Amino acid sequence: MPDAKLDLLQGTLDLMVLQTLTAMGSLHGYGIARRIEQVSGNEVLLNQGTIYASLVRLQQRGWISAEWGTSDNNRKAKYYSIKKSGRRQLSQDAAYWRRLSDVMKRVLAMSEAGGKA
Amino acid sequence: MIDAIRHALGRIFFFLRSSKLEKDFSSEMTAHLELAVEENLKLGMSPAEARRTAFLDLGGVQQTKETVRDHRGLPFLETLLQDLRFALRMLRKNPGFAAVAVLTLALSIGANTALFSIVNAVLLNPLPYNQPEKLLALYSRTPQFPTSSISYPNFLDWRRDTRTFSLLAAFRGENFNLTGMGTPERVEAEMVSATFFPLLGVRPVAGRLFFDQEDQVGAAPVALITEGFWKRKFASSPDAIGKSLALNGTLYEIIGVIPRTFHYENNNFQSNSEMYVPIGQWNDPLFRDRRVGMGMDAVGRLKPGVTIDQAKSDMDSVANHLAEVFPDIDKDSGITMVPLKENLVGDIRPYLLVLFAAVGFVLLIACANVANLLLARSTGRTREFAIRTALGASAGRVVRQLLTESVLLAIAGGALGVCIAAWGTKAAIKVLPEALPRAEEIHLDPRVLLFTLATSVLCGICFGLVPAFKSSRTEIQDTLKKSGRGGSASRHRTQGAFVAMEMAMAVVLLVGAGLMIRSLAKLWDVDPGFDPRNVLSFNIASSEPLGANPAASRAIFRRLHDAISAVPGVQSASLQVGSTPMSGDSELPFWLEGEPKPASQGEMKVSLMYIAQPDYLNVMRIPLKRGRFLEPSDNERAHTVLVIDEQFAKLYFGDKDPIGRRVNLSIINTTAEIVGIVGHIKQWGLDSDSTSTIQAQCYLAMDQLPDSILAAFGFGTGVFARTDGTPMATMDSITRALEKVNSRMVVYGTQTMTGIISDSLAAKRFVMVLLGVFASLAMLLSSIGIYGVLSYVVGQRTNEIGIRMALGAGRFTVLRMVLGQAGKMVMLGVVIGMVAAILLTRLMSSILFGVSPSDPLTLAAVAFMLTAVALFACYIPARRATRVDPMIALRYE
Repeated sequence: MPDAKLDLLQGTLDLMVLQTLTAMGSLHGYGIARRIEQVSGNEVLLNQGTIYASLVRLQQRGWISAEWGTSDNNRKAKYYSIKKSGRRQLSQDAAYWRRLSDVMKRVLAMSEAGGKA
Repeated sequence: MIDAIRHALGRIFFFLRSSKLEKDFSSEMTAHLELAVEENLKLGMSPAEARRTAFLDLGGVQQTKETVRDHRGLPFLETLLQDLRFALRMLRKNPGFAAVAVLTLALSIGANTALFSIVNAVLLNPLPYNQPEKLLALYSRTPQFPTSSISYPNFLDWRRDTRTFSLLAAFRGENFNLTGMGTPERVEAEMVSATFFPLLGVRPVAGRLFFDQEDQVGAAPVALITEGFWKRKFASSPDAIGKSLALNGTLYEIIGVIPRTFHYENNNFQSNSEMYVPIGQWNDPLFRDRRVGMGMDAVGRLKPGVTIDQAKSDMDSVANHLAEVFPDIDKDSGITMVPLKENLVGDIRPYLLVLFAAVGFVLLIACANVANLLLARSTGRTREFAIRTALGASAGRVVRQLLTESVLLAIAGGALGVCIAAWGTKAAIKVLPEALPRAEEIHLDPRVLLFTLATSVLCGICFGLVPAFKSSRTEIQDTLKKSGRGGSASRHRTQGAFVAMEMAMAVVLLVGAGLMIRSLAKLWDVDPGFDPRNVLSFNIASSEPLGANPAASRAIFRRLHDAISAVPGVQSASLQVGSTPMSGDSELPFWLEGEPKPASQGEMKVSLMYIAQPDYLNVMRIPLKRGRFLEPSDNERAHTVLVIDEQFAKLYFGDKDPIGRRVNLSIINTTAEIVGIVGHIKQWGLDSDSTSTIQAQCYLAMDQLPDSILAAFGFGTGVFARTDGTPMATMDSITRALEKVNSRMVVYGTQTMTGIISDSLAAKRFVMVLLGVFASLAMLLSSIGIYGVLSYVVGQRTNEIGIRMALGAGRFTVLRMVLGQAGKMVMLGVVIGMVAAILLTRLMSSILFGVSPSDPLTLAAVAFMLTAVALFACYIPARRATRVDPMIALRYE
């Protein structure tokens, strides 16, 4: 495990939240934060608090909805779930990220080849 | 784009529900932490460790709340509301400071708003007619006058020949005796072409306008009345249409009503006219004489797409054509065209611009004053800002909060200022109505209010910025250590600079006002060439010719003279027509006997013509220089005599003796012998007479007017009378005496000669009064400014002064020290102000009279007065400094 955790790129957190909600269905803020930490293998530098700013942004855009509910162990918590428009946004953003990471991969490969020559 | 809108809407929605969301989010945080603690406990942590880790992972409850708040609603607006609430609280805590600042701003913003509403209505707004930019005023151009009245035959030919105007309309003022509707009264009326109202785009509120065929000799008499007259005489009843008006004994059928919103202003248009009749019906022989302009001007509407230059060249060729056809009359004359708005407001523009600049200075002074107040106050608040900064407020945040406070002050001042302006504008117009064209259009319209709002906000930012930046750059450590009494040398320097600037601007305004006062004083000292004191001027008119034939007319003129002269309190009186001193001009073309008759009227010499009775010289007290004046024996049976003025003699006879020489008078068709020379009078106004083109003046005896001309004056005449004192009081007796001569006569237009002279100076007086008001305001504000700063400085230096006094400094030494500091600011301001005044007052040289813009007397007086007032303002705090008790001052250390 590297010493420094990865800083999140602008906009990536929103995408992660949308993807988490798609995969997990309805989930509270703490659950989303934990899930992202687990999936990233604790590589992402994440103040759990920043999740809430992202959740507000996504709500304002009308991509997710929120509702008070009860957790498995009977605690009151606010549950978020993705809306139809959110799924559409997610598929757009995901496609964009795939393309970008492909490009980045190729660009970085070229740079290594250049280094050897 | 749609996403951005949705996001914005989302933010607004969240903003509106922010208090509910705030609670909601608190519960969400609690839930989050509970979930985390629970999970941590499961992982085997101790309860304390579980809590700690949960908080660490979250990254702080407050920080999270802050971040979410920033994302949630409209943080900008939330901060603004917060700042506003805080600013209001601060102002409530310092009501004295708030009152002084708001009042200072209200006065200056009010003055600016008032003046802008005048500038807006008079200079900026388009004229209230249909497509006003297409309208031009037209005049006849003669070798003597660029804008002379037009003869009706020439006007008809212009209208026939023009290819660039879609419509041309002529107009001239006339007075009628209205009878058959209660007491006979004199009404002002305007003769207009049938095209006049359609050209301006005026629609009647009832009935119809003139038909073209009604605008010619022989058509049935018809009249339009104003809405005011309609209400006054007919209670606005629709039945008025079709009724008859008896004007000068002729019945005119009322065909329509002109709306009260209609106004037109021009030399030969009486804006108080209550009725309009077709000009083309008037068949007076002089009016139909191509050589004579009977006070008639014209207005034209350009065809679509025609430029003014095209119209000018078109009308030049029209004039050239007339010069070929009527060489004896129209040679050397042309057509002058002026855009209607320029024609109306061109003269007043420089006056208004000078005033607008002046009132802008007042605003700057007020801003500097309030900035100084804020600076002084911000010193007391240094500790507050240090604490804010220590708690994490950025410099920008502090500046923003201070600016919110200052803009709030300015807007409060602006709101109060609008009320002051509403009142002040009315007062200014009421005091000086003659000075302003378009006065009835002045009101607070949205553009004025926008101007005030923009001015207020801009002011708030201007005067708030310097103190705000000074406060934001506080050294936290130092300030907190010093418990808020920060060393503030740079602040003193800034305040001193502000005071010097205020003083400088006050100097400029005072010099401007002083120059205007000096100009008017000089104008009042100008000898008009006659003695205006105790002289009455009025007109008498009748609905029927005063005499049935020329002989009867002459007889009644003499009887009128005798009747007025016999009134107790009247020393002498004279009927008078033609030119009237300083209020009306009538020109007479002539050539000297022995010279060939000039080929055209334009080549003839021209003199102002005064037709009077022998007593005229006594009434006006014009000095007789040589020969004799008109005498009772100069009657219709004697040969015609002429009295000329010194300018006439100098211009046309030079060194030779004019007495006994003969002059051929055109139009009157007589040869007259010069019998005397009198002094010149300032016909064209006290300030501009010497630069006018027609200088020569001549006097003809009323009795000697040829029959044809006499008929033109058959309905009325002007009268001048010299009274023992209080001329207006004598008027009642005069009116009663005249009723005995002829009960159908009406007396109107009564004025004193002093009043006429005073009216001729109305625009200058308007500027003088307003500049005086602004300059006084400037002086007051800058004195308050220096007083405030010095009081503050003395307060800050109490310790120091106490120590000095404890060490043996005397009261006088302290007084000198404090006053010395003030004196430096004042002197610096006065010197800068003098230089600025000398540079700036040049711009107003066109409205000055007889005084140089850098008049040393004015400059010296202003410097002395302002220094005295400023030092007096300083004396109060300086004296307080000498009363400092060393013991008390030192105890604070």
